Amino acid sequence: MTQYNTVLAPVLSAFWDQPNSWTLATYLENGGYEGLKKALTQKPEDIVTTIKDSGLRGRGGAGFPTGMKWGFLPPDDGGPRYLVVNADESEPGTCKDIPLMMAAPQFLIEGVVITSYAIGCNHAFIYLRGEVVHVYRRLLRAVEEAYAAGYLGKNIQGSGFDLDVTVHAGAGAYICGEETALLDSLEGRRGQPRLKPPFPAVAGLYSRPTVVNNVESVASVPQIVARGAEWFASMGTERSKGNGLFSLSGHVKRPGQYEAPLGITLRELIDMAGGMREGHELKFWTPGGSSTPIFTAEHLDVPLDYESVGAAGSMLGTRALQIFDETTSVVRAVTRWTEFYAHESCGKCTPCREGTYWLKQVLRRLEQGKGVEGDIETLLDTCDNILGRAFCALGDGATSCITSAIKYFREEFEAGMHTPASELFPPVRSALFEYTPKQRVALAGAGAH
Amino acid sequence: MTDTVKFTIDGIETEVPKGTLVIRAAEQIGIEIPRFCDHPLLEPAGACRQCLVEVALPDREGNVRAMPKPQASCTLEASPGMVVNTQNTSPVADKAQKGVLELLLINHPLDCPICDKGGECPLQNQALSHGHAESRFIDVKRTFPKPISVSTQILLDRERCVLCQRCTRFSKQIAGDAFIDLQQRGAQQQIGRFDEDVLGFAKESAGGCQGYTPKQFDSVAREDVSGLDNAELKADARANTPAGETPVGAAEVDESGRLFSSYFSGNTVQICPVGALTSAAYRFRSRPFDLVSTPAISEHDSSGSAIRIDHRRGTVLRRLSGNDPVVNEEWITDKDRFAFTWQTAPGRINTPLVRKDGELVETSWSEALKVAAAGLAAGPSAVLPGGRLTIEDSYAYAKFARVALKTNDIDYRARVHSAEELSFLGSKVAGAGIGVSFSDLEKAPAVLLVGFEPEEEGGVVFLRLRKAARKNGLKAFAIAPFKSRGLERIGDAGATLIQAVPGSEGSVLDSIVTAVTTPAEGPLTQAAQALKSGGNNAVIIVGERLAGTTAGYSAAIRLAEATGARLAWIPRRAGERGALEMGALPTLLPGGRPVTDAAARVDISSLWGVPELPSTAGRDLNAIIGALQSGELNGVVTGGLELSDLPNPREARLAFEKARFVVSFEVRQSDVTEFADVVLPVAPPAERAGAFWNWEGRVRPFGRVLQTGAETDHRILSLLADEMGSPISIATIDEVRAEIDAIGNWNGARTAAPNETAGQAAQLPAGSAVLASWHQLIDAGALQVAEPFLAGTAKSPVARISAATAARVGVAEGDLLEIATQVGSITLPVAFTEILDDVVWLPLKSVGSFVHSDLNVAPGAVVELRIPRVEVPREVDTVAAGHGAVEGNEA
Repeated sequence: MTQYNTVLAPVLSAFWDQPNSWTLATYLENGGYEGLKKALTQKPEDIVTTIKDSGLRGRGGAGFPTGMKWGFLPPDDGGPRYLVVNADESEPGTCKDIPLMMAAPQFLIEGVVITSYAIGCNHAFIYLRGEVVHVYRRLLRAVEEAYAAGYLGKNIQGSGFDLDVTVHAGAGAYICGEETALLDSLEGRRGQPRLKPPFPAVAGLYSRPTVVNNVESVASVPQIVARGAEWFASMGTERSKGNGLFSLSGHVKRPGQYEAPLGITLRELIDMAGGMREGHELKFWTPGGSSTPIFTAEHLDVPLDYESVGAAGSMLGTRALQIFDETTSVVRAVTRWTEFYAHESCGKCTPCREGTYWLKQVLRRLEQGKGVEGDIETLLDTCDNILGRAFCALGDGATSCITSAIKYFREEFEAGMHTPASELFPPVRSALFEYTPKQRVALAGAGAH
Repeated sequence: MTDTVKFTIDGIETEVPKGTLVIRAAEQIGIEIPRFCDHPLLEPAGACRQCLVEVALPDREGNVRAMPKPQASCTLEASPGMVVNTQNTSPVADKAQKGVLELLLINHPLDCPICDKGGECPLQNQALSHGHAESRFIDVKRTFPKPISVSTQILLDRERCVLCQRCTRFSKQIAGDAFIDLQQRGAQQQIGRFDEDVLGFAKESAGGCQGYTPKQFDSVAREDVSGLDNAELKADARANTPAGETPVGAAEVDESGRLFSSYFSGNTVQICPVGALTSAAYRFRSRPFDLVSTPAISEHDSSGSAIRIDHRRGTVLRRLSGNDPVVNEEWITDKDRFAFTWQTAPGRINTPLVRKDGELVETSWSEALKVAAAGLAAGPSAVLPGGRLTIEDSYAYAKFARVALKTNDIDYRARVHSAEELSFLGSKVAGAGIGVSFSDLEKAPAVLLVGFEPEEEGGVVFLRLRKAARKNGLKAFAIAPFKSRGLERIGDAGATLIQAVPGSEGSVLDSIVTAVTTPAEGPLTQAAQALKSGGNNAVIIVGERLAGTTAGYSAAIRLAEATGARLAWIPRRAGERGALEMGALPTLLPGGRPVTDAAARVDISSLWGVPELPSTAGRDLNAIIGALQSGELNGVVTGGLELSDLPNPREARLAFEKARFVVSFEVRQSDVTEFADVVLPVAPPAERAGAFWNWEGRVRPFGRVLQTGAETDHRILSLLADEMGSPISIATIDEVRAEIDAIGNWNGARTAAPNETAGQAAQLPAGSAVLASWHQLIDAGALQVAEPFLAGTAKSPVARISAATAARVGVAEGDLLEIATQVGSITLPVAFTEILDDVVWLPLKSVGSFVHSDLNVAPGAVVELRIPRVEVPREVDTVAAGHGAVEGNEA
């Protein structure tokens, strides 16, 4: 076995391999709800302090300090305040929350109880991506078990604290991962981002003070409370403390979730995953899902923490490491991602709605080898007209893969003026399984999705 | 000036009230930032991103730091020390705006040469002023089949839409009508109803979005015009739509799953920044640059809404809302906007007519005037000028009656009226100047409505009450037989209903007076307390229908005195307040001077240069009708009068038949024409200058739009008076206005306020009910003829009764019910309504329901309810009925 600078730090994934890992019984056997018991003996504000001290930052991508977010809630006015867990994990490549809720949902439930206690919430909501019905069932069962065992409901563990949890399944829209669109959707409206201010901390769900946190952030809370802020802060780097799930997918031997301290490098992770696909080498990768600018082999040793990845020109995002080897056409990959954004743009603002529609058509043309003079400039300029001009971050994210891909692989886009990507990079060679390329019915048709 | 903010735009320091949006602040110093979704009267959306500007803010240490991204100036409030750079000074803002414009145009059809908006289109204009000259887009545009008929009047071309959401925000925020809303997402996002086909989970496309191929998508998009074709869906929507709110004509299914129905939908066409929403009446009729625009005032109601009239080569092609922040803001009713064809439609009279051998024949002005003068000289005559006159004309009729006919027998009130009302108007309204205003309504903490249905009878008054409730927390109360859809939309919770049997409003008002000093539980006390605590900011709005009650006006005055609330009288017709002020009433001279007051008569007789004026109160309209029938009166002069508007059309017809001499001043043929001995054609509003006096007491002058040969009433009356040897000398607009200006204020005694007491309600005979009725905003009114697209948006008439009353009669919801009096009956489908038992509501003058003409009674009367013996075809549900409305307004 290779000697690593960094070793894995399984906490949330510690017992995923145990039989029936998702049950409350397994969770309790592995020290579950110890954090809650400890929390209920403390004052809510002390828990907020613990989370602040731990350095936990939002695991949904933006990396905002979690304890500070809780601290933004206005003083208690006697009315309700809410915790909403953002479980609408939909980004291409991102697959951490769904496996976690599938394998060990009680981490999230316990985290919800502690967080609710800390912020003074008596009704929490988990907004789950609608497509993952199996996870929905697991969550519903986990909530049911927690109620039965007295971890939810009235007078939790004799503390006098009451909490109800509602698990809500969305209807399948990427935009509902944007926290204000999520709130609108949860209220039964059309999921489109809200005008800010007011921010959710002031007027969120039903216009009440609301904390919206990512699944992994909330699930990390119980162990921080149980083991202490110092334990958590001892992992990771100076400003990116703690550990997290790194999701490797694509052309590696053993794709999957690797829970490690922040600051680990892709080189180490690929080694842990058994290396690249046999006989192939790394071409490009995303550090945090398709909304983060791509990296190449030259970035293999960038520490995967918020600051280092940012300094290298991308974002840590959701630590969704999509690995592509030299058989992959960048143009094709970028086109697929862009089609995703064009399909998922909510339509509210002009730059994102019209821009992604246009980018998709130009990219499809390039992929077919039918690009025209000026297409690359058009792509770059259109990205510039979307980035920072859209209503929410969806539009920004849609441009990242295009601008970064052109930066590193401009020649492949230039080849799109004359040669189809499928000739330069036959898709069969990238496939990990038997594969017959689909014929696209119409090229760049109006409204084609 | 404590609550102001100092900041800089393009290097210019400016100071604005706290909370001002940057885009508004820029306007104030003459910097125009392009925009589409922004509208000053709608809540910000920030959707189009056209108004991006570069912004820098001072940090805690006071160092001004640039914000990393350009900001939407339509959602950004100015803050102290902010530095804003627009497209004029910032390359970043300029590029951002050009980029957004290029993106907006990629899916826009650029069919400007055939688009109604071309030439006055914000997209076109801003593309030229702030956009690139050339587009780089060489790909495939998104298309939709065109257009969707939202109603018979409003059409939607989705491919032109830039998704600014102005129309949907107007409908939600201003009008409170369910409209069609955004659906689908991305570039396929569109304004539409909740359509399973468009959303991609209809039965046909099992497998959902993933299974889509572009071709399928295209075909789905094509099917979804379905709106009008999908009979099943439409039937569902019709069933969902509450009876009584169903439009007469075809309509799209709205977001609430009902048939779209709104009285204000024309405003969405006007605020649409592209040509996506158009009106059927104007679509493809003209180019904006061929039109000549004239500011004007709507003749349709007493609000005096500012409008703009556009004409081309002598023909009015459309009307738009004007922008008058103190009156109608930027909104008008669909009647104000679309009902103008009455002025020119067939039936217009252009030449004087005199009756010869029983037939009306065309003649010269000189002969017509000679015949009219001789006829009127033959014996005592009265004047019935109707309620739609300009101030100048009302004055002319009032003066003509006193000087040429030497009588006080003049009454403009072509509706239910009472002696109590005369006292009320003379004591509380006439000569009072501007009383309660639109702005006062907006700021009022509490309003009580009585005898007044704000949406149907007040139009933009309703919009202002809704705004007051939404923005300023107005508490509205209404004394009415049931909670109408309009009352439900005054604020999110609606007005509080104080249920009353028609006719009993006076005693209900007195009960509120009692509740001021003796509080109890319930809405009476809530109203009493809200009015009392509101003091003189609270308002009691009384409508003209109070004239049909016992002691209604007296009790309203008592309530105003008990609570300190102010009274506002809001009649329906545009000419009412002006006619009142000008003395077109049997008891009043101009300026609220009582005819019985010698000093008042001296004032006016000296102004008019006549030795004396008739000194006894004249006959009111009912008495004039009676006197014509009995022969006490020889003749009558009418101005724009419709006998079918009168409370007793049958008696009126008999009286006019019997009258020895009838002179009728008319724009178009009416039910008076057939009795007229002389018909004198007069100009409709578009062909003359004039002024209306709105309910606030505000004078609303307007200029002439079209130069035609048509003459004003006051000029013809002046000529007629000359012919009769009693000149009134107000032939020109300058003369009549100069004389009106010289009237001066009246400081003498006013008419005594009424102080009647409400009686006990009579016992209802078995099988009968009390009639409740009022005008619908869009109905069979004389000024709505020849506009079929508008007529299609009228509400289908129904008879509203409670379920208990229905059970007693033996009818179910939707069954036909016959409402009968001794003289006639009306048969309409039943709509179950939470209305008092033994009360039945019908529209006053809609196709299929002409209460005065068919029943010869007024609201408050006792009518019989029964199951019709013969099945009558239910025409009212069909479009044909809508067209019936335009062919003729006779029952």
